[in-house]
Amino acid sequence: MIGRALRQARALLSVRYAEMLEYRAELVLWMLAGSMPLILMGVWMKVAATRPLGLEPVDFARYFLVLFLVRQATVVWVIWEFQEKVLTGALSQRLLQPIDPVWNEVAKHVAERFARLPFVVVLVALFFALYPDARWVPHPWALLSGLLLTIAAFAVRFAIQYTLSMMAFWTERAGSLQSVWFHLYVLFSGMLAPLSMYPESVRTFAELTPFPYLVYVPVAATLDHPAFPVDVPRACAVMAAWGVAFVVLNRVLWRRGLRQYSGMGA
Amino acid sequence: MSAASDEVVVHVADLAKHYRVADKQPGVVGTLRHFVRRKHRIIEAVRGVSFDIARGEMVGFLGPNGAGKTTTLKMLTGLVHPTTGEATVSGFVPFRRHADFLRQITLVMGQKQQLVWDLPALDSLRINAAVYDVPKAEAEQRIGALAEMLSITDILTQPVRKLSLGQRMKAELLAALLHRPSVVFLDEPTLGLDVNAQTAVRAFLRDYNERYGATILLTSHYMADITALCERVLLVHDGRLVYDGDLAAMVARVAPHREVEVELEQPLPAEQLAALGEIERVDGCVVRWLVPHGALTRTVAQIMQTLPVRDLRVTDPPIEEIIGRVFAGPAPEARA
Repeated sequence: MIGRALRQARALLSVRYAEMLEYRAELVLWMLAGSMPLILMGVWMKVAATRPLGLEPVDFARYFLVLFLVRQATVVWVIWEFQEKVLTGALSQRLLQPIDPVWNEVAKHVAERFARLPFVVVLVALFFALYPDARWVPHPWALLSGLLLTIAAFAVRFAIQYTLSMMAFWTERAGSLQSVWFHLYVLFSGMLAPLSMYPESVRTFAELTPFPYLVYVPVAATLDHPAFPVDVPRACAVMAAWGVAFVVLNRVLWRRGLRQYSGMGA
Repeated sequence: MSAASDEVVVHVADLAKHYRVADKQPGVVGTLRHFVRRKHRIIEAVRGVSFDIARGEMVGFLGPNGAGKTTTLKMLTGLVHPTTGEATVSGFVPFRRHADFLRQITLVMGQKQQLVWDLPALDSLRINAAVYDVPKAEAEQRIGALAEMLSITDILTQPVRKLSLGQRMKAELLAALLHRPSVVFLDEPTLGLDVNAQTAVRAFLRDYNERYGATILLTSHYMADITALCERVLLVHDGRLVYDGDLAAMVARVAPHREVEVELEQPLPAEQLAALGEIERVDGCVVRWLVPHGALTRTVAQIMQTLPVRDLRVTDPPIEEIIGRVFAGPAPEARA
């Protein structure tokens, strides 16, 4: 059983990695499309240099650099692929195989991360070359927690978006749900500014949602800075709870959705 | 063709599928009305179809567009839930999509692909081998054997997007059969292929059926596929099964005549020709009669004795024409 799963994982990952390398030019563009944190970094550094915000420009530089890396590691696009597969009937080919179609999508995302990695490394090296003051070596424990929370953030984000994808069984524009969701994500995840700078009431509200755990929490854990406090064990528990909730909801919608599926066009 | 056993592999009883579809009138008014108050109607794609298929049988599934063939195949492969009725394939209820069921079947849809577009077919075959739990050495042996049967050994390392339609279809067949399914559903497998590729795919399917005793249910618009591969046909029309039985018997029933075409030395009066049987067409010296099967020998002898014959041919009407006659009328209730 485990041997079979490992063999499937190896085959899926290696083939999907080869596929992603075929799109290397697009990979660079996708990476640059996620460069919003680098733009915000410039804005906040300028503001911090002129006004007292409680954080130095270099703190903002590090915050947005790690945020950029977390975003690169947690990009999810499954809803667009799934929506197309349902609308064109291409899902049928996946349904015929004795493996849940989700694993193909997971493999694509994971493989893409590895294909994207060299470009990200080059960009980070370039950043440190241009702005040497921002260089720092994170504490190993902070690095480890940040890495684990980033992986968890990817898993939760994938679970959420894959659950939204299930709407494709009922509506032809499931992607529009993702657009609404993305606006909330930008607002409450810490993408625009560190959550610690938000008004207390907004921060309290944001913490009731999964958004801060998808970006701010992994970034704060990696930085291990007094201005970005984070309770790592609690964050892990909350992320696990969100993950489980969405996986359960996903499975319910999946079963109901399959009853709706007509394999249009195929 | 491999001998079919008595064991029923595909069992279908009173199977029906109804779809609810939006019904919108064209134009701005229709669009606004549809926006405010959406109207739907029920399409009965399949209406109470019943049949059994024994292990090793090759059955042709015929019908005009929209008759319900593909929907039936989708229900038999578990892609679509039936509205009513029951279906079992190899003892499994398809829509439950049990892994053991999925390992025993395949569905090949012409023009639809499972191969990864930008990579060589071999990469997709690697995934299939792992997904279907075919050991590496066994997978390599199967790929070699199937590729040889399909004559595509040398193209498996080329990106799929660079293959011709015929090569791609053969590679799709290979991918669909790598796990050696015992029940094969084919939906228009030769659609768009040139004559040579069609012939090769037919030969391959016959070979696969003989070697592995696979049960095959095949839909096709090309009658040559059906006549070359299937002794038994299922005819569906407007969601109903209108014929289930021997292809030759159906031809005899629907087209009880054979065509006798004669080229004469010189044109003759119509009355003289009509005395020999029902004339279908006269074109100068060429005359074509429709002759009942039972009267064929007598009529041919009479023609040879009484007319100045230069050439004579006896043919069956094209099978397309025969099927067309069945579908042209209202959906008949008769079964074989």
